Order: sequence, then structure tokens, then C-alpha cells
Amino acid sequence: MSRALKKRLRATGLWLTTFLLMVIISVPGLWVVLSAFRPNREILARPPIWIPEQVTLNNFAKIFGFDEGQVAIPVLSYFINSLVIALTSTVIALVIGMAGGYAFARFRFRFKNAWFLGLMLFRTVPGIALSLPVFMLWSRLGIIDTKLGLIIVYVSLNVPFTIWLIDGFFRQIPASLSEAAQVDGCTRWQAFWRIEFPLARSGIAAAGVFAFLTSWNEYALASQLTRSTDSKTLPVGLMDFTSQFTIDWAGMSAMAVIIIVPALILTFIVQKHLIAGLTFGGVKG
Amino acid sequence: MAGITIDNVTKAYGKLEVVHGIDLDIAHNEFVVLVGPSGCGKSTTLRMIAGLEEITGGEVRIGDRLVNDLPPRKRNISMVFQNYALYPHMNVRDNLGFGLKIAGQSAARIAERVDEAADILGLSELLDRIPAELSGGQRQRVAMGRAIVRHPDAFLFDEPLSNLDAKLRVQMRTEIKKLHSKVATTIVYVTHDQVEAMTLADRIVIMRDGYIEQIGTPMEVFNHPVNTFVASFIGSPPMNLIPADIASGAVRFADGTSVPVPSRLVDCVTEGQEVVFGIRADDITPIGHGIHEAREITEIELEVDLAELLGAETLIYSRLAGQEVQCKMFDPRDTRNGERLTFRLSLDRAHIFDAQSTKTVRPR
Repeated sequence: MSRALKKRLRATGLWLTTFLLMVIISVPGLWVVLSAFRPNREILARPPIWIPEQVTLNNFAKIFGFDEGQVAIPVLSYFINSLVIALTSTVIALVIGMAGGYAFARFRFRFKNAWFLGLMLFRTVPGIALSLPVFMLWSRLGIIDTKLGLIIVYVSLNVPFTIWLIDGFFRQIPASLSEAAQVDGCTRWQAFWRIEFPLARSGIAAAGVFAFLTSWNEYALASQLTRSTDSKTLPVGLMDFTSQFTIDWAGMSAMAVIIIVPALILTFIVQKHLIAGLTFGGVKG
Repeated sequence: MAGITIDNVTKAYGKLEVVHGIDLDIAHNEFVVLVGPSGCGKSTTLRMIAGLEEITGGEVRIGDRLVNDLPPRKRNISMVFQNYALYPHMNVRDNLGFGLKIAGQSAARIAERVDEAADILGLSELLDRIPAELSGGQRQRVAMGRAIVRHPDAFLFDEPLSNLDAKLRVQMRTEIKKLHSKVATTIVYVTHDQVEAMTLADRIVIMRDGYIEQIGTPMEVFNHPVNTFVASFIGSPPMNLIPADIASGAVRFADGTSVPVPSRLVDCVTEGQEVVFGIRADDITPIGHGIHEAREITEIELEVDLAELLGAETLIYSRLAGQEVQCKMFDPRDTRNGERLTFRLSLDRAHIFDAQSTKTVRPR
């Protein structure tokens, strides 16, 4: 066998494997999307119907309450709650992450390594392990079933990660760039915003996407800490479709699509930055 | 345009003092090079002038202004960094104009100054490129351009050539020298390369371990080093330094061979004094292969251990009293290893240092 042919076979093999893996990963998602647009009957059919025979928007109409036969689910409230909580906690986590990441990357201070290690160790604690103590604390403070309560939880889950990621990006930017800017007439603050921030932007965007998705998708803690439309988020709202004896798979799938779409849109918007962030280079100039 | 005065300046990190009260007066338009081995405090000193390091004690003045507590942007200096520190996300034009833009200059004025600087440094073709698209030498020029557009009181250079290959380094060295003659400004230049220091400086400041060892013109520090450190640091190859003592009015080496004390130093040494005899390779030459009209000569026979032909001269490695010495043969002929030759020592150019204090012995 010639070397060129071997190489080609190898490449084809790799592509096939990747394709198969991606199919396996995508199937559940695809199934959810398909289920969102067809009646319950078809979803539960045995043997399964892969290609939808009936495409309908009824499921969406139902959860928004346009269908008489069904109690509406307050999707809009959930959506707003999710958006407010995820965005606010992401913005706060990014601000703290930038300040903290910059400090760890640029300054020398006492117990720096211990602090950093502590932050990383905090990441290793599974969030759900904290649910009971957090619940008790929050109920004493009276912030159960408030957006604030969830925002605090998500900020503290995300901050160690954003600090760690952003620290890495600032570390790659030589300190002499900020110094050069200061000699050129900038205050330290100006040097940060005009030189260091634009160079770390892709890393900060990446940290933001991860933080947003964590908050957007989180279920376990939100299900403990929320009660009503005041604070329930979309993933928690999914449970509204289960009742004692039945599960409304069609409605649930429709709602899942509503959850997925904004996350997908956001990821597409910042995709350019994410890739730039992962192939970071050229700063050494 | 202004000179720089450094008065009893110290720098400490916590309890560790790294610069110990140095004094230095830099005249208006003077090109001063701080040179020394790594860790000698030269970069720290430069960064204190720039305002990038806090000054622990003493005073730094630029012109008449005390700048101790001024941030870098208020010192009206510009700096060229070792890694150039070009802003990677801006093209050359914006890199050059950044300082002026921050200062709130009009677009027309910025364009005019940038074009002027680009002209001086031959960057006009490159204005729309970003730093990643430039070669090392071009980046170096952009960094210098960024320094000159602002017409500062002083330029600070922090080992600007150490990232370049040998050939480019020599070329850029010449460009910096030319730049200084075109744009007359005070320059403080840090390097660990004594050749750069010798070729560029109006005055050289040799530092070691946070102290200034000697300040002087390149000629002065080369011909009259104040101690063995300066003698061995300046000049290539380094000065031969051979331990000896003074016996019966002669310099006696460990193996008993001796050479006369140079006549100008006879009154400066005492019988029995432990000394270090210093002489440069250029001043130990085989008979017929010297270069100086020496007035005071002694002859000594040495064995050739190794000879390196450098072109117009040959560097000969030999041993004197068990210690390696380097000698030079100008207008060279072939030599064999192990060959014994009679060398002439130009005593009028030899140095004697006190072994204890390492300081030079000099007629008062």
C-alpha cells in the first residue's frame, strides 16, 4: 500500500470516527427538537417514528396558553427569570473575574498561591453538596425564592472559574505592554482598558460564555432555592410538565427548545472570539 | 530636553536592598550606558528613572523637576523595552501615534509627527502592518519610532538589542548611534554587553551588585579601570589578572618569575604587598608582532598552548605562573602548539591592583 493511500485512509477513518461520535452526541438533542414539533402520540409510538409524519406548532401554542384544553405554563416569567439571573450573575462573575484574574497575573501579594489554590479547591466541591447548607442559610436570610438568592449562588460558582481563565489570558500578555503604555502617557487604568483588555478580550468572552451557560442550564440548586414564578428558571420550569401520573413529553420538549435556542445563539455570536481565545497568539510581538 | 540627576538612590524589595545609594549626573544630550552583569541593578535603576519602580530612598531629577513621586506618564520620557512591547492589536501607524493620541493631539499633528518619525527610521513602507508581520529589526525600529515621536526629555533603552541576532545587533547599534546624532536627546541605555557600551556611550557606568564601580568615558574605563572587576569586565578578551607580590622592587608571581614594577608605579607599592598584576592581551606580544610603540618593555618567554587566528591578529593562550594568560600576535605567522616564544610586555600599559581591596594602584 502506498504511503499516500495509507495517509488518506487514516484521514478518512478519523473523519468517520468523529462523525459517528458527533452523531451519538447529537441524537438526544435532535430527538428533543423533533419531539418539540410533533404530537405526543407520535413521540410515544412503538417502534419509534424517526422521520416526523406530522409537524405541528401545537406544543408551543399549548405552553403559551393558546390552547384551551391546557393550563398555561408561565414560560415568559421563567424565561425572564432565567435571563435576568444568568445575565446578572455572568456580568458580576466577569467583573470579579477580571479584577481577580488581573491581580493574580500582575501583582505580588501575601498568600497569593494559597488564595489561588483555595479558589481552585472550591471548584472541586460539587454544587449540590452545598444545597442543604445554602438552603438553610438562605431561608434565614429570607432570600429563598428570590432572583438575588440564585444570582449569589451562581456568582460564587462561576467566580473561581472566571478568575482562573482570565488570569491565564492576562499572564500571556507581557507586563511591558502596560508599562510601555504608561510611559506613553496612560494612567494604569487607561493602559488596562486600551491595551490589556482588548488583548484579553477573547479570553474574557470565553469565560463569559461558560459562566452564562452554567447559570442558564443549572437545575439542581435552582430547584431547591426557587418556589414560584418570582424566581423559577427555565430548567426548573421543565418539571411543571410532570404530574402525578403523566409526563407531557411534547410540552417538555418544546420548552427544552426554548431553553436551547438562546444558548445556541449566544455561542454562535461569540464563536469567533472563542476560537481566537483558543488559538491565542501574536501577543508576543 | 534635560539632564538627569540621580542622588543617593536606593531600591529595596522588603528588607532586600538591591541598589545601594547610587549617584549619577547625566548631562543634557549625553549618551550614558549602564553596564554590568545580570542582577547588578542596572535595569532597576533605569526603571526607577522611568517611574516603573518605586524609589525607596534618594532623589531622581529630570531637568529641574524632582520626579520621585510622579507616575511614568508625567515624566516626559520614553522607553524602548527589551521585547519591544509593541501593541500587537494596532498597526505600526497607531503604535507610533498612541502616545500622542493619549495626549489629546489633533489627528493632523499626530500624522505629521508619525510621518516624521517613520521617515527618520525608514518605516514609511510599514505603517499599515501589524507587529506580528514585522521582522525583529523592523520591530526594533518601530519601538524606537514610538520613543521619538513624542519628543521626550530623555530616551531610556532597556537592553534593546539582546533579542536580535549578532549581525542585526551590530547594524541596529549603528542606527541607535545615528539616531542620537539626528535627534539630540539625553539617552540612558542599559546593556550587559560591554561592546555595546564601549561603542555607544559618551560615558559608561559600570555597576555590580547594586553599586556603581566606575563612571567614565569608554577610553577612561578601558585604559584606567579602577579595580579588577572593571578591568575584567571591560575589553575583549578580558584583561589578564595574575596574583603576585612585590619582592625586591619587582612583581613576583607564584612560580618565582618576576617582572619589574612599571616605573610610574614604583612609588605606589610597598615591599611585600600582595597585588594583582593586570595586563591586556594587546600588550603581551611576541617580538616583532607588537603594535604599540611601548616605552617600557620587559621580555618573558611563554609557551603557546593554543592559537586562534582572528584574521589580522592571532590570540595566543599561554600560561604564566600556572594561570592562563591571553596574548596577541599582530601581523601573525603560523605557530605550533607547544612552541616557546619570547614575548614583550608593555609595562607602561600594565596595571597593578591591591590584592586585598582589588583597587588599582595609582600615582597620586
